[in-house]
Amino acid sequence: MAEFWSGFLLPLIIIVLKILAIVVPLLVAVAFMTYAERKIMGAMQLRQGPNIVGPFGLLQPFADGLKLFAKEQILPVGANRFVFYLAPMLTFFLALVAWAVIPFDYGMVLADINVGILYLFAISSLGVYGIVMAGWASNSRYAFLGALRSAAQMVSYEVSMGLVIITVLLCVGSLNLTKIVEAQQTIWFAIPLLPMFVIFFISALAETNRSPFDLPEGESELVAGFMVEYSSAPFALFFLGEYANMILMSAMTSILFLGGWLPPLPFAPFTWIPGPIWFALKIAFCLFVYVWVRATMPRYRYDQLMRLGWKVFLPFSLLWVVLTAGVLVTFGWLPK
Amino acid sequence: MAFLDRAARSLFLTELLGGLGLTLRYMFKPKVTLNYPFEKGPISSRFRGEHVLRRYPGGEERCIACKLCEAVCPALAITIEAEPREDGSRRTTRYDIDMTKCIYCGYCQEACPVDAIVMGPNFEFSTENREELFYNKQKLLANGDRWEAEIAQNLAAEAPYR
Repeated sequence: MAEFWSGFLLPLIIIVLKILAIVVPLLVAVAFMTYAERKIMGAMQLRQGPNIVGPFGLLQPFADGLKLFAKEQILPVGANRFVFYLAPMLTFFLALVAWAVIPFDYGMVLADINVGILYLFAISSLGVYGIVMAGWASNSRYAFLGALRSAAQMVSYEVSMGLVIITVLLCVGSLNLTKIVEAQQTIWFAIPLLPMFVIFFISALAETNRSPFDLPEGESELVAGFMVEYSSAPFALFFLGEYANMILMSAMTSILFLGGWLPPLPFAPFTWIPGPIWFALKIAFCLFVYVWVRATMPRYRYDQLMRLGWKVFLPFSLLWVVLTAGVLVTFGWLPK
Repeated sequence: MAFLDRAARSLFLTELLGGLGLTLRYMFKPKVTLNYPFEKGPISSRFRGEHVLRRYPGGEERCIACKLCEAVCPALAITIEAEPREDGSRRTTRYDIDMTKCIYCGYCQEACPVDAIVMGPNFEFSTENREELFYNKQKLLANGDRWEAEIAQNLAAEAPYR
C-alpha cells in the first residue's frame, strides 16, 4: 500500500495539481482577455467598453460565460451529432494540452521534453481539425466554406512559421524550450532576427484566425464561418479554445523571440521581478498587439491572404534561413 | 524609382505601422460615450415621442372628439368613439391609439385644434408584450398628467413657429 502511495498515487496527485495550476490561471486569463479586448478596442474607437457589471465591468466575462452556458443547445437537422459535439471539445482540448511544455521559469514546466517546439508545432497544426470537423459536421454551407478557408489558411501559414522556427533553432541548437530561452541570455532573438519575428507574429495571427486574417469567421460574408451552427456550451468551448490558442501563440512568441522568463536587462532592478511575471508581461504585450492589430486592420481578401503566405512569407523566410545559416557558419557562431 | 519606393514601403510595413500609430493615439483620447441609462442626450422641443392627452388647468379634458386626428392618421392607429356627455358637451367615450401601428409622424398633433393630443418628450415606453402598447383613453390621460410640465414648456417654445 505504501508503495502504491509513494510510487503511483502521490505523483499522480502532484501532476494533477500542477495541471490545475496551469489550466485555472489560463482560463481566468482567457476570461480577462475577452474583457481586455473589448476595453482596448473600445478605447481605440473612442468608446468605453463594458463598464456596468462589477467595478469597471471586470465581471463582464463571467456574466457572458454564464449567459452562454444558460442558453439552449441547438443541433442542426442533418448534422452529424458525434462529430458536431466532438469538434469544440477537440479545439478546447488542443488549446489546453499544448501548455504542458511551456516553461514559466527555469525548471517550472510540466513536461520538459527535448522536442518541445515540435510538440507545440504539432499541437497547433492539429487545431485545424477542430475547425474542419465543425464545418463539416454542421452540414451548413457557411460553416463548410469557413472550414475550407481555415484549412487552407492554416496550412499555408504553418509553412513559413516552420521556417521561422528553423531559423531560431539554428541559433539555439536545441528543440528544448528551456534551452531556447537560455540561449537568449545575451540578447533576445527579436533583435538579431527582427524580420523573422515580424513574420512569426503575422503568421501567428493567421494561425489563430485573428483579424486581419479572420476569414474562417468572416462575418461579413460567411455569417460566422465554421461556428455558425454552434450555440451555448459548444460555442463557449470554441470561444475559449480560440482565446487560449491566442495566449499560447503569444507564449510561443515570447519564448522564441522575447526571451521567455528572462528580464529585459540582466541586472538589479529587473532581476528582482521573478521570471513568471516577466513571462506573463511579455504574453500580455503580445496579446495587446493582437487586439491592437484587430482594431486597426481591415480583413484581407482571400487571394491576398494566399499571396502573402506563399509568395511573400515563404520565399522571404526561406531566404532568411539560408542567410542565418550562412552567417552562423562563416563566423563560427554555430551552437555546440 | 517608384517601384523601389513602393517595394520599400511594403517591405518595412510603413503604412501598417502608421495605421497602428493612429489607433494607439486614439486610445488615449477622451471617450465620446454617453452613459445612456444614467446620462441622456438633449432632445428637441419638437421631439415626437409617446402620445399624451392633455387637460385644461381646471382638470377638464381638452379633447372635443372632432376626430381630425383619426382622419389624418396615415397608419390608422387612432380609433375614436364619441357621444354627448350628460352636461351636453361633446366628449370621447373611447380614444385608443395602437402604438404598434403608429409611425410617429406627428400629424395628429398638427391636426388637433385644441392641443389635446400631443406627442410628448418620453421615448422610454417599451413594454414586455404587445397588449401593453394598445393605449386607451385612460392611459393617454395619465400620460398627459405625468408629462404636462415638459409638454407645456415645449409647446410654449414652439408657439412662435406654428
